[in-house]
Amino acid sequence: MEFLGFRRGDESFGVRNYLAVVPTVGCVADLAVEAARQLSMAAALPHHQGCCQPPVDLRRCMRVLTNLCLNPNVAAVLVVGMGCEGVSAEGLASAVRGSKPVEAVDVQSCGGYLEALRECINAGHNLLLEVKDWSREPVDISKLTVAVKCGASDATSGIASNPAVGAAVDILVDEGATVVFGETTEIIGAEHLLAKRAASREVAEKLLKTVHRLEERAKAVGVDIRGGQPTPGNIRGGITTLEEKSLGAIAKAGSRPLAGVLEYGEKPAKPGLYFMDTPGREPEAMTGFAACGAQVIVFTTGRGAVQGFPVVPVVKVCGNPETCKKLRSHIDVDVSGIIEGVESIEEAGRRVLEEVLAVASGKPCRAELAGCQGAVEIYVEGPIL
Amino acid sequence: MKRAAMVLNPRDNVAVALRDLKVGEEVEVTSGGEVLVVQLLSDVPFGHKFALAEIKKGEQVIKYGEVIGIATRDIKRGEHVHVHNVRSARL
Repeated sequence: MEFLGFRRGDESFGVRNYLAVVPTVGCVADLAVEAARQLSMAAALPHHQGCCQPPVDLRRCMRVLTNLCLNPNVAAVLVVGMGCEGVSAEGLASAVRGSKPVEAVDVQSCGGYLEALRECINAGHNLLLEVKDWSREPVDISKLTVAVKCGASDATSGIASNPAVGAAVDILVDEGATVVFGETTEIIGAEHLLAKRAASREVAEKLLKTVHRLEERAKAVGVDIRGGQPTPGNIRGGITTLEEKSLGAIAKAGSRPLAGVLEYGEKPAKPGLYFMDTPGREPEAMTGFAACGAQVIVFTTGRGAVQGFPVVPVVKVCGNPETCKKLRSHIDVDVSGIIEGVESIEEAGRRVLEEVLAVASGKPCRAELAGCQGAVEIYVEGPIL
Repeated sequence: MKRAAMVLNPRDNVAVALRDLKVGEEVEVTSGGEVLVVQLLSDVPFGHKFALAEIKKGEQVIKYGEVIGIATRDIKRGEHVHVHNVRSARL
């Protein structure tokens, strides 16, 4: 199985060719957005972290930003800094240098916002001239990382879109691709069942520890994540127990063994199916997936979600017939035939896979066509200081 | 022909209604290549479950090929399976 990708210097293969404009800190997020707007083929990653955070989060921010820059869909990187922030612009550029063209610009050295903006346009333009790989070539599927996530779910998610994506994920994993899913809150209740699929005892223990860590964090602010689950709305929709609800969410990750558990934004070492510790909220989850090297994100929805990510195409899969009609401009793969009783999960899964390969090979997804590509944020551990 | 219900995994002992089903209806479902005909003993709304086989009190209810709960009383083939006759297996 193959897709058409752009070869990078580090032997990864992109499915898009972006100049990523990456702010090191929230103070210059709007500078990054404006610079990207004025440059060609550029996409800003406007997060709001990078300063006034405990060391654990500054280290995480540096790791996530570095890995975002190393995402194969990024052809070149323009780092934009303030000058006094916790995550240094030059430090980030150094971590990326050698892998792809990179430059750093900071506001305080340039002498102001407008001066820095002019410097960004010059530097960004020169970076584009350094990009060498403008044509796609056939690439084995083992070079593809796909992340899966759900959002704006409803009663159709657990029986149509998630199982259909799960069927596609099983084929991808069997063919040698890497698949990552996350949303620690969503697996609570079925973590013991997921742990049974772990490739080793260490992986199972890490999964359970990851869930426990989140539950303790929630308890510290007075929230019992298991309490009140499934919700009255879930019960009206036919969900009987929390296990069933969580299994419906996990269904999008297919049925293959769990090769590993990743920290937020960590890159998997080899192909297979991985779980990453992420929240369910879209910007943080998708940023973590992009940082781990996902070139495509598959996003299931029931009620209809529109968000995308700046440098990664987000393919929407929906099983609700009404939503597929009402939000048709946002749905890439309509699997409502499962609910209408005219298509099997396997058939729908093959169509999801075909769309993933088409999008990986250059077909724009609906979020790209609509310009919904701004869901960026870095998941933090500690307080903001 | 449009399917009225679906079995998510061949190990499951419940099926999911794909439309609002009525008591007395004979519903055809496919499970692992095998076609079963189940007569419903209760109404089963869209997205809800009914039993494909008798599930005794204390036995496991299986969906997605996994245990989603334990029967709190005997459940007959064709009966609605929900919070009134199933509890979490983890309580």
